[in-house]
Amino acid sequence: MAGAGGGANDVQWCFSQVKGAIDDDVAEADIISTVEFNHSGELLATGDKGGRVVIFQQDIENKSQAQCRSEYNVYSTFQSHEPEFDYLKSLEIEEKINKIRWLPQKNAAQFLLSTNDKTIKLWKISERDKRPEGYNLKEEDGRYRDASTITTLRVPVFRPMDLMVEASPRRIFANAHTYHINSISVNSDNETYLSADDLRINLWHLEITDRSFNIVDIKPANMEELTEVITAAEFHPLQCNTFVYSSSKGTIRLCDMRASALCDKHSKLFEEPEDPSNRSFFSEIISSISDVKFSHSGRYMMTRDYLSVKIWDLNMENRPVETYQVHEYLRSKLCSLYENDCIFDKFECCWNGNDSVVMTGSYNNFFRMLERGQRRDMTLEASRECSKPRQVLKPRRVCAGGKRKKDEISVDSLDFNKKILHTAWHPEENIIAVATTNNLYIFQEKVN
Amino acid sequence: MSTETTEVKGIEEATTEEQQEMQDTVVSPEKAEEAKLKARYPHLGAKPGGSDLLRKRLQKGQKYFDSGDYNMAKAKMKNKQLPAAAPEKAEITGEHIPTPQDLPQRKTSLMASKLAG
Repeated sequence: MAGAGGGANDVQWCFSQVKGAIDDDVAEADIISTVEFNHSGELLATGDKGGRVVIFQQDIENKSQAQCRSEYNVYSTFQSHEPEFDYLKSLEIEEKINKIRWLPQKNAAQFLLSTNDKTIKLWKISERDKRPEGYNLKEEDGRYRDASTITTLRVPVFRPMDLMVEASPRRIFANAHTYHINSISVNSDNETYLSADDLRINLWHLEITDRSFNIVDIKPANMEELTEVITAAEFHPLQCNTFVYSSSKGTIRLCDMRASALCDKHSKLFEEPEDPSNRSFFSEIISSISDVKFSHSGRYMMTRDYLSVKIWDLNMENRPVETYQVHEYLRSKLCSLYENDCIFDKFECCWNGNDSVVMTGSYNNFFRMLERGQRRDMTLEASRECSKPRQVLKPRRVCAGGKRKKDEISVDSLDFNKKILHTAWHPEENIIAVATTNNLYIFQEKVN
Repeated sequence: MSTETTEVKGIEEATTEEQQEMQDTVVSPEKAEEAKLKARYPHLGAKPGGSDLLRKRLQKGQKYFDSGDYNMAKAKMKNKQLPAAAPEKAEITGEHIPTPQDLPQRKTSLMASKLAG
């Protein structure tokens, strides 16, 4: 599609839809915790703090046109995880959905993995549009008929019915993580997947729930010696033996499962050297990687730390090939951001379909489009004020200091409670899903 | 230079270290922020990313004394959220076997997501 190839500044983004309640009083359960398109982009799943999953389906108005306007409507919703209590440790286990990952489609049904802090579940989402009618022994409402009243025999037939979408849990992968699960990633072999917590990574087979293999373990013998934790992990999109995991110290390790059963020893270590004279109290905290994502091509990977997005070439370990500042103006606010805990916010990032543009969120419901190649960038806002149908989004500018120009917003006016942590990009088209605290915005490329 | 001297006079017992930090503030906004933080919390440990921070992160779940404590807390929360009353379905008893359509709707623990509304 011509549109997907265009750079960030060639594309004009317009408002398409917004999902969720308008009122400012946000219930904890409604806080969106993950957003993910499936492999075709037809389905869009969200998970929330209340353990619920909502799936939207793309409804294409005019399929014949090359660039068509599409709408996402509710397809299915279910309660994926419930709050639990760990009796042994007297700890509450949150039902918040940390991640959702779709499986590539193999048959009529759709499958996704959803996980909270401790348990991963494989959900099957299937459609039912027919039902059998004309039983001999049962009435239509299910009650059994009096045997003496049955005088004829007939063959039940399938009749069409209103589409019903059913979600059922097919596998429950539990009790394999002592620490909190932060990532799941389906392997390109479509048979296995990994789950990562703060200190360990496990490999599962999608069919087997009572066993998983530990492939990374960074727990020190003495917990006092703990210096870093695993923050994210992902399988390579094409090589089934390769995966990466990022750490709170800003490093990424690439591991090859062919090398050994336990991949504690990395094959590659990606780390940007730090200037020791620039080191401050905040250096390590802001270097912690909150998300790592391979490019669709598998040649590059992107990492997100507190202030920047870095693109790494898998062939070069000693520094990233590109670095983009997301909100550099926050560097002079680190003290207050530490005090209000915002410095620990975990922002995610995503690639567009052809790996030419990357996107990540910021504060004040701003999100950033970073165009590679052209080295151009754009700041947009997800807000109800820019939510008229097909309204084109105007680029926003933040004034770091000094004279504030018209239309700019000063750093001190930014609302740090309005954070965009989760964003997703359609795998083929220029359609993006941006989650604010409790609303899901869908933006599309402007179609003339 | 005069401003620097005024600053030095303003702070009691400025050491060479603090003077270096003040010079750093001109160079790096990050170091300025660090100075601000240390001024507010003088007892803040030298190692920020060290075990304390990580251990706090590893123990994210809320700790309760025991399961009774947990259930009491949950009950208090449920009273705050007023759930919608489920419509009473006619009780089905007697000779015939109830079917899925006859049974009352399974009570969901939480209300439906507003995204689906």
